[in-house]
Amino acid sequence: MDFATIVELLDSAVRLGTPLLLACLAGLFSERAGIFDIGLEGKMLMAAFFSGAVAAVTGSAWLGLMAGVGGALSLSLVHGMASITFRGNQLISGVAVNFLASGFTVLIAQSWFHQGGRTPQLSGSGRFEPITLPGAEAVKDVPVIGQLYDNLLSGHSILVYVAFAMVPLTWWVLFRTRFGLRLRAVGENPESVDTAGISVVRLRYTAVAITGVLSGLAGTYLATGLAAGFVKEMTAGRGYIALAALIFAKWRPVPALGATMLFGLLEAISNRYPNIDLGVVNLPIQFMQAVPYILTVIILAGFIGKAIPPRAGGQPYVKER
Amino acid sequence: MTLFKQFLGAAATLALSAGAALAEPAVIYDLGGKYDKSFNEAAYNGAKRWAEETGGKYKELEMQSEAQREQALRKLAESGANPIVMTGFAFGDTLNQVAPDYPDTKFAIIDMVVDQPNVESIVFKEEQGSYLVGLMAGMASKTGTVGFVGGMDIPLIRKFACGYVQGVKAANPDAKVIENMTGTTPAAWNDPVKGGEIAKAQISQGADVIYAAAGGTGIGVLQAATDGGALGIGVDSNQNYLHPGKILTSMLKRVDTAVDEAFKAGPDLKPGIKVMGLSDDGVGVALDDNNKSLVTPAMLKAVDQAKADIISGKIKVHDYMSDDSCPVE
Repeated sequence: MDFATIVELLDSAVRLGTPLLLACLAGLFSERAGIFDIGLEGKMLMAAFFSGAVAAVTGSAWLGLMAGVGGALSLSLVHGMASITFRGNQLISGVAVNFLASGFTVLIAQSWFHQGGRTPQLSGSGRFEPITLPGAEAVKDVPVIGQLYDNLLSGHSILVYVAFAMVPLTWWVLFRTRFGLRLRAVGENPESVDTAGISVVRLRYTAVAITGVLSGLAGTYLATGLAAGFVKEMTAGRGYIALAALIFAKWRPVPALGATMLFGLLEAISNRYPNIDLGVVNLPIQFMQAVPYILTVIILAGFIGKAIPPRAGGQPYVKER
Repeated sequence: MTLFKQFLGAAATLALSAGAALAEPAVIYDLGGKYDKSFNEAAYNGAKRWAEETGGKYKELEMQSEAQREQALRKLAESGANPIVMTGFAFGDTLNQVAPDYPDTKFAIIDMVVDQPNVESIVFKEEQGSYLVGLMAGMASKTGTVGFVGGMDIPLIRKFACGYVQGVKAANPDAKVIENMTGTTPAAWNDPVKGGEIAKAQISQGADVIYAAAGGTGIGVLQAATDGGALGIGVDSNQNYLHPGKILTSMLKRVDTAVDEAFKAGPDLKPGIKVMGLSDDGVGVALDDNNKSLVTPAMLKAVDQAKADIISGKIKVHDYMSDDSCPVE
């Protein structure tokens, strides 16, 4: 394996890891506030559909982005209503969101475009085209650093850079602002937040809305950045892998970056080398595809550190009388 | 009208009962969906063509989940639909159980062999069509490296791959073929993002022609090939129009003809195995205005020659499913 191949693998890992990263950060906000969210998959799917549809009609990826975020946000609010206002079971609400998105997207796509539940192919300004960072052409031939800059850092769509910027931003919001402190508190011990005179309901709704925006970015990137349009069920389980990454990262933003990029890299490797021959054993592709889940189970089982979810996660808050 | 006459003739000779004569045919599309621009859509086109030509009506049903298969089959059979055509190997086990319960109903299954007295199993010689597109890929490639992206890893898709490799090697014995499967679950048919990523990986390894046999995933493959300056090859339906001038050709699998013929046969559908290959135009390559500029006269000549040789038996294209292995890599 030469250096160019490694750079290509990493480049592919960044592309595949970005939707996971955005979805993982989305889940992080929600779960840190005490709302479990297994509906990430559905929200991404909804965003992928609305971004693909609006971008196809208007020819603008940016309008598509707004529509995608709006679509995911609306599902977020449904989840919020069910689990915050009506104090329903958050897992059931999440499953419902997934089913709703799975059926709704195909149904609406069919009635709008008559292409069998897909949106028309996007081209030109309907897609987020790769951005060439300044100077990438100039340093292309510089060994190692130039190659890294040109191939790995440059040449991604704007949403990739947004996703990476979200990591320090999330860290800063969660751990350095008053809002972040309250958000974490509401996921650990909502009673104390309430005692301090802060609205638990409002904090949780804010967190769920942030989740909607971030998962909207993730879905939009799938449909208008990586692919060129929406296809039914195109999220293909990425929402669940993002949840696994969230557990793997123990609900922390910087490890979330590491976990999602690791999962992206594993997928990139399995795309490039379907079977890995280690001399003694031949690792089949199924193994590579299962590795993210195996790693998550190992973490959950407590072999490598302990993954402790936010304490108030999954419980609706009932004010004491 | 001709069909109506045929039908009258058939009715006279076989003295069909009035009830059977009124039966509507039905088609069930598999999980890829009716409009997958590929396999299931070809079935839909066949049914539509039959309806336009005969003015007849047909029932159709689209699978949404694995769990619906048996229920869907029984429901259609009980509604009196005859024959019932289903697309896809995945119906095999279910049909094997359901068919004996409805001895008066005829079933046709595409891509799978089900041994029941009232079932017609329609299988295609995909390896022959894939050989021809492989031949064209081998001739069109400048780098000597071509790619193959399959959908779900099943013997049927390996059969496509195997035929393709044989064709490529026939054109250029030194050519390298990079083979990838998208996944091992049905989700692999609907993951254009992963398909695109695999295509990009193949392009970075030097592939300049990529054959996608992957249903909805193939759309991502063809898109990535077009974006990356490589040529794509479509599958099942004619997909040349998706990116005009960027898709070398499409491997046609005449699922439409199979459905059309099954519908025409009506309740007289002949049980047994029906194999559709090059000799009866069951498979072929797509040539139209969209890929005219890409196909050279030399390619056309080679394809015609290979076609004639395969039909005459001079070239034997190995069928992966006959022994679960491929002689070339």
